Parts: sequence; C-alpha cells; structure tokens
Amino acid sequence: MPKLTINGIEVLVEKGVTVLEAARFLGIPIPTLCHDDGLAPASACRLCVVEARRGPEAKSKLLAACSLPAEEGLVVHTNSARVQRARQLLIELYVATCPSSKRIQDLASAHGVHQCRYEAEHEDCIQCGLCVRMCEQQMMAGAIGFAGRGADRHVSRPFDMTSERCRQCGACLYICPVCELRCAGPAADTTLCNGCLNFSPVCFQSYDDAMCFLDPCHACELAGPLRPDVKIKSRAHATVLSGEKQ
Amino acid sequence: MPRLKSVEELESFRTGLRATRDPKRPCLTVCAGSGCTAAGAHDVLAGLRKTLAKHGLQDAIGVKSTGCHGFCERGPLMIVWPEGTFYNQVTANDAAAIVASVSNGHVPVEKLLYRDPVSGKRVIREEEVPFYARQQRVLFGNNGRIDPKDIEDYLHVGGYGALARVLSTMSPEQIVDAVTRSGLRGRGGAGFPTGLKWKLCRENPAPRYLICNGDEGDPGAFMDRSLLEGNPHSVVEGMIIGAFALGAQEAYVYVRAEYPLACEHLRAAIDQAEEYGLLGDDILGTGMKLRIHVVKGAGAFVCGEETALIASLEGRVGEPHPRPPYPAQKGLWGRPTVINNVKTWASVPVIINWGPEWYAGIGTEKSKGTMVFSLVGKINNTGLVEVPMGITLREMIYDIGGGIPGGKALKAIQIGGPSGGCIPADLIDLPIDYERLTEAGSMMGSGGMVVVDETTCMVDIARYFMEFLEDESCGQCFPCRKGTQRMRQILTRICAGNGVEEDIPLLEDLGWLMKQASLCALGQTAANPVLTTLRYFRDEYLAHIRERRCPAKVCRELIFYEIEPTLCDGCHACVRVCAGDAILGAKEEVHTIDRARCTRCGACLEVCQPKAVQVGTGELVCRN
Repeated sequence: MPKLTINGIEVLVEKGVTVLEAARFLGIPIPTLCHDDGLAPASACRLCVVEARRGPEAKSKLLAACSLPAEEGLVVHTNSARVQRARQLLIELYVATCPSSKRIQDLASAHGVHQCRYEAEHEDCIQCGLCVRMCEQQMMAGAIGFAGRGADRHVSRPFDMTSERCRQCGACLYICPVCELRCAGPAADTTLCNGCLNFSPVCFQSYDDAMCFLDPCHACELAGPLRPDVKIKSRAHATVLSGEKQ
Repeated sequence: MPRLKSVEELESFRTGLRATRDPKRPCLTVCAGSGCTAAGAHDVLAGLRKTLAKHGLQDAIGVKSTGCHGFCERGPLMIVWPEGTFYNQVTANDAAAIVASVSNGHVPVEKLLYRDPVSGKRVIREEEVPFYARQQRVLFGNNGRIDPKDIEDYLHVGGYGALARVLSTMSPEQIVDAVTRSGLRGRGGAGFPTGLKWKLCRENPAPRYLICNGDEGDPGAFMDRSLLEGNPHSVVEGMIIGAFALGAQEAYVYVRAEYPLACEHLRAAIDQAEEYGLLGDDILGTGMKLRIHVVKGAGAFVCGEETALIASLEGRVGEPHPRPPYPAQKGLWGRPTVINNVKTWASVPVIINWGPEWYAGIGTEKSKGTMVFSLVGKINNTGLVEVPMGITLREMIYDIGGGIPGGKALKAIQIGGPSGGCIPADLIDLPIDYERLTEAGSMMGSGGMVVVDETTCMVDIARYFMEFLEDESCGQCFPCRKGTQRMRQILTRICAGNGVEEDIPLLEDLGWLMKQASLCALGQTAANPVLTTLRYFRDEYLAHIRERRCPAKVCRELIFYEIEPTLCDGCHACVRVCAGDAILGAKEEVHTIDRARCTRCGACLEVCQPKAVQVGTGELVCRN
C-alpha cells in the first residue's frame, strides 16, 4: 500500500486510487466540476488541482487530483495559497463563461470569488464532458460526443442528427452541472447576485416530467430567507423552497 | 543489390562503393530544399542536365539534387565537388558558365560566388561564408553532399557505420549509457534528458515502441522538415539504434501531413534500408527485427504534444491526456514508448560515431551538443542554422544572421515557436541554452527564431500568437481553451485602443493561471508571448492603453495617415489607389487625407514616390 502525505497527514491508501479519492476518503474537500465517481476522470475542469511533489526535494506542481495516482512518497497540499489562487481565478473564468449556472455561482460563493473581471458570455456549456462520458460509460450508448477543436469544440451528435443510439434516458441532463436557465436576478451580467433561485431549468421546457436534482443554492443559503417577490416556477423548486428533502 | 547479412558485409560493401566512386569526378550538387525549390532549383537542375547532355559530359560530370543547405536567403544554392566551390543565387541561365568552368579546370564562376557584405570580397568555399563559419553542422553537414533518395550516398559518407558498431560491439545498456553520458536532451523543446527517458522505458516490460515526432507545427520552423527531406537515413539509423537499445520491434514516424516530400523521402529511405538488410527481419544477420511505419499527421498543432500524438496514432482524437502515467510507462497501445524528436533521433548516430565525450564537449554545462534553429523574420540571412549550445543571441543575429535589413534596430527575438517568449534586444548577450532561455521567460522549443525589428508592435505580435494558439488549443481543458480566448479578446481590445489599465493585471493573472493549471505543455506555455511582452515591453502596452498610441505605428485603430505638404508633388498616385476616396486634392496640387474616411490600409504609403505619406499615432484618431 503506497504511503503519501496529504495536507501534512501521512496516509496509507489502496494501490490504484487517485489523490482525489484518497482526499475525499479523509474528508478533505476538493471541488470538481467534471468528476463523477462512476466515470473515468477527464482532468478537464482543472478545479481539482492540488499542489503535489514527489519527495521533499522535488519541485511542486499543480496537478489535477482526479487523475493523479496516489503514489508512494507523494506530498500533496489541497489548499495551499497557490491552489487557492488557481481555483479562484478558474472560478472567475467559469462565472464569466456560464454566469447562470447555479453550481458555478455556488462555487464562487464558497471560494470567496466576489468579482468577475470578464464580460459574461452565457455559453451554457463548460465542456466538462460529463454528459459524453455518462452516455458512453454508464448508459452504454455513446450517442453524443465532442466535435470541433479549440473555440469550436462542442458537444454534438453524429452528423448533427438525433442518434439511433439515444434512448432519451435523460442521463446527460441529470449529470450536467450547468444546464439551467440563465439567472434572472437583478444584475445578472455583472455581479454575483444571489438571485439564482429565481429560475426554472431550461430542460423543463422540453422534458416536462424530467426530475430536477438541484440542491439549494449555497449563496442563497448564506443570504438568508428568500425574497417574497421570487416566483416559484417548477415543482422541483417548490420542494426545495419549502424546505422539504427530495 | 543483395541483402547485407552481417556487419562485415556492410563494411566491405562500403569499401567497394568507395573504390568504384572516383573521388576526383566532378559533381554538381544543387540544393532542392523547400526554399531553393521555390527560388527555382529544379530549373537549375534541368538546365545543368541539358547543358551536360549537349556537351556529352553527362558521364564525366555528375548532377545531384540534395537536401536543404540552410542558407535559404541566397538560394538556389549549389556546390561543385570535389573542390567545394559554393555558388549562390544560381539561375538556369548560369548552367553553361558553370559547366564550362568545371570542364576547363575549375576556375570558379566569379559572379555566382558569395560576396561578403562587409569586406566586399568573393569567397569560394561554403565554410568561408560568414553564415556558415560560426555554425557547427553536425546533423545538417551531410545535407549538401548526399542525394536523400540514394542510400549508397549515405553509405558512402559513412552512414549506418554507427549501427554496425552498435550491433557488433555494444550492448543495449552501453548504448543507453553512452546517450546518457553525451548529455543529449530532447530536441523537441522540453529538453528532457534522452538517456534517462530511454532508461525509464527499459524498466518497463516489453513490447516497447518507438516514435519519432515529426509533427513540426511552429509557424516559420522547418528544421525537422529539412532533415527528413535532406537526410532521412540519419533519422532511420538513429531509430534502429534506439530500437536495439530498447528492444523495440515496431517504430512509428509521425510526420506532418503538410510535408509530402518528407514522407516520400522517408518512405524511400525505409524501403531502401529494408532492401539492404538494414531494417526489417534479421537486421545485418543479428536476428534483430524492426519495422518503421510512416504515419501522416491529421493537421493539428497540439499533436506535437507527445500524449496527443500517441492518441492520434491510435486513431483517437488528438487530445493530450494527463501524465503520469508517462509514455515511457504507458504509451502507444498502453505499452512503454519512447517518443523523441526528429533531431534527437538523428543525433544518436553522431554520438555513437564520435563518442559521447566528444558530444558532451560541445555546448554548456547543462545543454550539450548542437541545436538547429530556423532563423526567420527581419534578418538578412534567413535560413537554417546549426550552432553549438551556448552561443549568444548576438552571434546568432549579427555574425550568422548578418544583422537587420534596412538599417533598422533590433527590437526582440521570439524564440521557441508560438508559445515561446519574446526576448528583448537588451538581452542580446544571452547564451542560448535550455536554462537561460527559461529564466528569460522564453523556451528552447523546437528551434523557431523569429527576429523582430522596430517596426513591429509587441502587443500586436502577442495578439497574433494568441490567435494562433486559440485556434490550435485542443479545447479539452478549461484554462487553455478559455484562457487563450480571453487573452485574445483582451489583446484585441488593447490593440483597438479600447484597453483599460486593469487589463494588465488581468492578463498577468490569466497567464499565471494558464501556466499553472493547464493540462499539457501547450496550455502551460501558451501565455508566454503575452507574459514576456508584458515583462519586457510594458511601456508599449501602457502607451496603447493610456495614450491610445501605438509606438511602432502598426495597430490600425491607433494610427492615422497624413500627407506632408512640403513633400507632396501632387502626382495623384495615392488618389488612384485609395479605395475609400479619402484623399482630396486635384492633380498637381497638394493632397490631403480625410481621416474620417481613411481606413488606414496603407496603400497610399506604398505608392508615394516622394515619401510624402506619413504615419502618425497618438493624436485623437477620427473614426468612421
């Protein structure tokens, strides 16, 4: 069993586990946007970067914990100043890309990101690849995939037609961290407004009976009780707002 | 030609070859590299052949097309052997004079000899040309001598001698040890010690694979191309030696699809080597097996990254994957793989032939051997140069490169391809080695060197490289995909005069993030052009932002054109070319430019004979 150090704690882990799994087992939180326990790691969102070095003399590097094997002698810091700075800058970039996403707004609140210096883009997709991997690895369908390169890269279907392999199971919707309607808060484009409860997920327009799996918003929890003028648009949110567990 | 069945047979064949070839027989070798071909080398070849046939001299005087000699600026180049007379800027019309001079006792054709721009004297031999004098052409030396499609030419100059020596006298461990002691580091850019890479790969169980990375994608770089086109056997020989050291039986050469000639020459070299028993089953009767496959790239810059290259070879999308596991542990088809650059493989036979100590004697403490650069941009002697590591930039630019054309001042040198950095003119005494370049914020890269003079805007050049990288980022990891996009947006804004001072710390933060958190080397180095220009040319950024002024007068939104009334002769030339009807004034009268209508295309500047059209910046620019 390899022995490594995470945040100063020496731990023995099973061979073959990743640093992310080891840290989570120890109760050390590492934020992620593209990771799911049932899927192969993609190292795409880079939010899970940790400062790691092999042995005391080696130079430390920021590496994605989700794909970093927990090896003998590895020294890992999950919350050093360097990691925090990288995470904050990343989240700021995420907020600018997808300001309407509740998951991202939550991350911003939790990591103290209070400003966004970029123009908002409202891209509605952060290309975490969770849906692609879900479809391929869990649903055994492979009906969607990535097309294009660089700025043109996007999730697509073969020849842009509905694939025969798609069973409309909705797993891609379930796992998507950002498929939500744009935030309708007071100043959605410029600030982190805490108004992200006032939406109804975009998927509801096409899939009436789909389940919504969203948790209550971190920022709104911090902000206290909801404003009375907020309209509740969906059944799932009614449950959330009335404080019942799903 | 019978297969060579042993090392002894190879050596006796070589001896026989040398005996049949008359060393005194004149031979005209014409460079048919990309640059010289563009300048008409094939016309020269045809002209020479025709003239020889006319005089019935085709058997007495040989004609050969060779690979790139490097001095592309003065092409087409040719050398007359055995004297080694070097001619430059040869045309098909010169064929008669050249043939006459060769048949009349080798009196050099005066007007085709290179004229030293400083002394004004004509020089006869290649080594006397200042461009070549400071070079040490270890890898490229044979390019001017051999026909790349003829294995016998390569054997004649001692080719496959290193392979013979390795197979007869060395064990795989000794080869790895020799490469380690030579201090050879990966010539693809990262500079990882080659011997260590091989050793790590050998620690993992067979089957192992070899890959030669010929996916050279840097704008303006053509070192790997010239080597594959001009001396493919040196790469093949290096790979066979590597395969022997690593116990590999399959090897792949991944060549950029835009290099058809390199593919053709390489395939011919592999076929010939198989025919001669130097490749395939039972190499030189030792029982060693190796097949080399040539694979054409799919046209993505990122496929030069080793893990992306492997994915592309396997038929997957060319996207990098995180390391560890390193290719030496788990590479092609999940097996241990050594992947080296074209120049690294070609250096292996040199190390074996001349000895690791000799090789380690060249260069600096940590960077050994020679490095090939493509010297391009605002420089007099454009071309390929091979220099010992540790040479200073000053020697590169002024001694070899011949300085900046038009008497302009040197501003910066962009080293290491699009994701390298801009090194300012103040650091011209910097020795070129891996560590010093990294300290200066740039990197060795695969050897692109773009010289920039005072007429280039550094913000604009950073924007140009960022556009390239935005396009070439695979898009898989977020900081690289979004970082390059955002950086390009911000730089475009600054170039258009819409930047704010907060943009500078934002660019620095973004650059830091990309460097720290990106998945592969492309993303980690993508911010270099911006970070280095910010470090060395911050004033220029501030001039764009604070004063809306482009000091180099390049950024279109920040410049204006005007006509100096005392110089204008009213010739109307500018009025005729102006597409926007922005130039006012009747013929024979002084013209003026209506700034509101001017699109700042620069057409008038080019046609104005009395140089009355001038470019200004810094004043309020009228916009349409």
